[in-house]
Amino acid sequence: MSTQGGVQYSKIAEIKGPLVVVDGVDSAAFDELVEIQTTDGERRLGKVLEVGNGKAIVQVFEGTTGLSVSGTSAKFMGKVMEMPVSEEVLGRVFDGLGRPIDGLPDPIASKFLDINGEPMNPEQREYPRDFIQTGVSVIDGMLTLVRGQKLPIFSGSGMSHNILAAQIARQASVVGTTDEFAVVFAAIGVQYSEAEYFKRSLEESGALKRSVLFLNLADDPAIERIITPRVALTVAEYLAYDLGMHVLVILTDMTNYAEALREISAAREEVPGRKGYPGYLYTDLSTIYERAGRLHGRKGSVTQMPILTMPSDDITHPIPDLTGYITEGQIVLGRDLFRQGVYPPVNILMSLSRIMKDGIGEGRTRVDHQEISNQNYDAYSRSQEVRALAGIVGKAGLTGVDLKYLEVGDSFEKDFLTQAVDENRTIEETLSLQWKVVSFLPKNELTKVKDKFIEQYYKER
Amino acid sequence: MAAKGKIIWVSGPAVRADGMSDAKMYETVSVGNAKLIGEVIRLTGDTAFIQVYESTSGLKPGEPVIGTGNPLSVLLGPGIIGQIYDGIQRPLKDLAAKSGSFIGRGITTTPVDMTKKYTFKPVVKVGDEIKPGSVIGSVKETDLIDHSIMVPPDHPGGKVTKIVGEGDYDLETELATTNESKIPIKMYHMWPVRKPRPYKSRYDPTVPLLTGQRVIDTFFPIAKGGTGSIPGAFGTGKTVTLHQIAKWADSQVVVYIGCGERGNEMTEVLVEFPHLKDPRTGKPLMDRTVLVANTSNMPVAAREASIYTGVTIAEYYRDMGKDVVLVADSTSRWAEALREMSGRLEEMPAEEGYPSYLASRLAEFYERAGRVRALGSPDRDGSVTLVGAVSPSGGDFTEPVTTHTMRFIKTFWALDAKLAYSRHYPSINWMNSYSGYLSDIGKWWGDNVSKEWFELRSEAYGILQREDTLKEIVRLLGPEALPDEEKLILEVARMIKIGILQQNSFDDVDTYCSPQKQLKLLKLLVEFYRQGQRALKDGVSLADIRAMPVISTLLKARMEIPDDQIAKLDQVQTTINDEFKKIGVKVTN
Repeated sequence: MSTQGGVQYSKIAEIKGPLVVVDGVDSAAFDELVEIQTTDGERRLGKVLEVGNGKAIVQVFEGTTGLSVSGTSAKFMGKVMEMPVSEEVLGRVFDGLGRPIDGLPDPIASKFLDINGEPMNPEQREYPRDFIQTGVSVIDGMLTLVRGQKLPIFSGSGMSHNILAAQIARQASVVGTTDEFAVVFAAIGVQYSEAEYFKRSLEESGALKRSVLFLNLADDPAIERIITPRVALTVAEYLAYDLGMHVLVILTDMTNYAEALREISAAREEVPGRKGYPGYLYTDLSTIYERAGRLHGRKGSVTQMPILTMPSDDITHPIPDLTGYITEGQIVLGRDLFRQGVYPPVNILMSLSRIMKDGIGEGRTRVDHQEISNQNYDAYSRSQEVRALAGIVGKAGLTGVDLKYLEVGDSFEKDFLTQAVDENRTIEETLSLQWKVVSFLPKNELTKVKDKFIEQYYKER
Repeated sequence: MAAKGKIIWVSGPAVRADGMSDAKMYETVSVGNAKLIGEVIRLTGDTAFIQVYESTSGLKPGEPVIGTGNPLSVLLGPGIIGQIYDGIQRPLKDLAAKSGSFIGRGITTTPVDMTKKYTFKPVVKVGDEIKPGSVIGSVKETDLIDHSIMVPPDHPGGKVTKIVGEGDYDLETELATTNESKIPIKMYHMWPVRKPRPYKSRYDPTVPLLTGQRVIDTFFPIAKGGTGSIPGAFGTGKTVTLHQIAKWADSQVVVYIGCGERGNEMTEVLVEFPHLKDPRTGKPLMDRTVLVANTSNMPVAAREASIYTGVTIAEYYRDMGKDVVLVADSTSRWAEALREMSGRLEEMPAEEGYPSYLASRLAEFYERAGRVRALGSPDRDGSVTLVGAVSPSGGDFTEPVTTHTMRFIKTFWALDAKLAYSRHYPSINWMNSYSGYLSDIGKWWGDNVSKEWFELRSEAYGILQREDTLKEIVRLLGPEALPDEEKLILEVARMIKIGILQQNSFDDVDTYCSPQKQLKLLKLLVEFYRQGQRALKDGVSLADIRAMPVISTLLKARMEIPDDQIAKLDQVQTTINDEFKKIGVKVTN
């Protein structure tokens, strides 16, 4: 980021929370990049949130700790915040604002891009259809990921979301193509060990050289988290649309992002929506999530896998709630399965992949994929009801068919869901496991699959 | 005189400008050097408060604001059908041509191609008396749409002094003049979006809007000109259900508003609709569809406007005597746009930060639905049916947007996360949903499909209600605690759920179900129940009934028997009779 040009002001009227109010401003633009200089020469970055009547309200990314009203000056840079991009960013590690922290020199920029991006024209979008094989049965079989999709993982504190995300990042491939792909990883306020696990996992699989890492760790400035996903997505868009790569973006943890947003909103004394989060949380989140997709006439794609930990495992909390309204489905991890030691502990009934239907079927995966998946959902859901009932009346109170459903539930969790961290299953293997699960049921219970598929794939057990 | 002021304050989509004493409320203005489009939403002294429909990034105090003198309006004329617009009627295709794959700013376009020629066939001649709203001729807009050219409602009409002959004309050609006005009548006119278009009179909605969705048409129908709402937490299938209505509803025009929703969903409609055929006419669905897309990451003020843009277009086609369905996904995002602007205006908030006028704005919107007699001559009856999705936060139906919406709509399709989790789609909860049109529409079914409809529906719904109470007992004591008669109810309720209420939108056969097939499926299941009851009385065991092979056939009939082979359903009836006979029942009918 260059520090040339711009207009300097020294009248700081007020400092509150992450905000600085600059006085006597006659030329500042909304969203403009600001450089704050302290008395001892330290420089921090910020942006204009509101401007008018000679005042500008500036949000300081690195926080306001140590700033004083006298002696601090603000320089308006005459441009919005930009991220320098080029092919050289691959294999590099940056901080949460996009500055290198791996000891290597700044990558030579071939372009400077506005980190806020611009909304994709829906008419120009290419509808996502390419099946991504993750090698994780529960995802490939029942929550299929498609290129250009945004599919978050809803987790809870301490669960295995990072292990799952890392496994997906290592194993994801599109069968039958040689297109280049890349991983962009943005750590948003996560612990050092979690970021390190991810980095190591990419290193071991040899994927690091086609990855870009942005790290805002738990002890980095909170307000910086507003920027971290945006610089990461700016780089991802460049790799996808300028260089034609297929980019998987992992954003962890979006809960920390939303909290940083709340902090700014509170400092601005805005009218809060639910749980103190600002009323525009939905719109703000959408400017991140909607940056996933594909475009007509361009080769690459941006696929997003945001991770968020649901406060108190509550899916109705505003962060998962508003995320779910924007993303194309959700992978929900279940505390009960996690406690039982199941990996990946995906609560399939609460999970969903919205554009799965268009990425599967004949010519993509297999013609019976949708129907067998529906049958699995139906059977597992029924097995859960029967389990609950068995808890009350005991197994003796169950009818013959209900007992079969109990077996289905167990087989689903043991044979299909459970898989090793380094186990990479093909879609064929996944589909035959799905048939195996329902084969505990008599034929006439399979109401979601057409008779011709039953004849072809069903073997009663 | 157009107002000319200067920006004094910018915060997100909200801008204050002074020197605006000539500005009018809801006037559109050009904002800043980039000429962004905005609308005046408050005037205090000579300060105007403006909501800007484009991103304000880089906007500075001191830049100019210039009034246009006109309220936010849409262009109404041939060429609208098949388009995809943003919230203020700019064609997204044109935006792409000017700014590429991402949406740029300050771009002006015309909503339709003004130079395209249509073959105009006049229906009036010199000397005829025409009134506001009268049809003066028509053009063929698409294969499906005969587009009536009408005297604008704000034009006085009068005696025709000039009318062009049949021929090809573009939109700017003066087609007719009258003695009462200097303003010539062209193929298009402008209409302010916030002002409902006038009509002669209103009717009660008594004709069903058939959607081909069994749970809607059979259990919770909506009428042409009616209002419906579909609330549901994320993942409950709102969008799929709305897409199904937009695809299969028996209306002549569909306006689909993607209001603050996902970009890929609009793309899906764009990709899919041209390939789907209208089941009644065999023509591509896109030939009757208009899309208004203001996705969640597009500017929030334009999201607020998109609802009005859409409903004004719908009313225009209604005035031609057409049945129009408007689907808005989602009204909650629209309400949030109101909330955001209200917050920036520093208005006193009501519940959950929403402005106090939320309820009245919702009421105004839903009141624009209706079945009407249009202005002018000849007599034309058209309708606008409004269906709005609601996205309650946390799936909680007591939040303000849902509760206020419920006051102004008559059909309520409550989506249920539990049903969705068990993949019961559409996840419309049959206990919480309702339709206020049932008795009016029942007459139509009786006259057009079958006299038995109302009775069969009531009986099937009764079974579902009984099951709901019995489920409580089962939850506490297990199913074995119930007598066989009640177990039969559980069994048949399960069959109704799988065989009728569930419908697979992605299955080629099941996605659309004709009213005749709906009735037959309903009749088969009710008939099964009646015979089952008799069988139990005759001493047949429930296990024998449960083991009947025909059950599986009944449950799959919706997928396995297409609409054009409905006669096969009569064979299923025969099979039911035979199998009951086999297990020891004397069939009496």
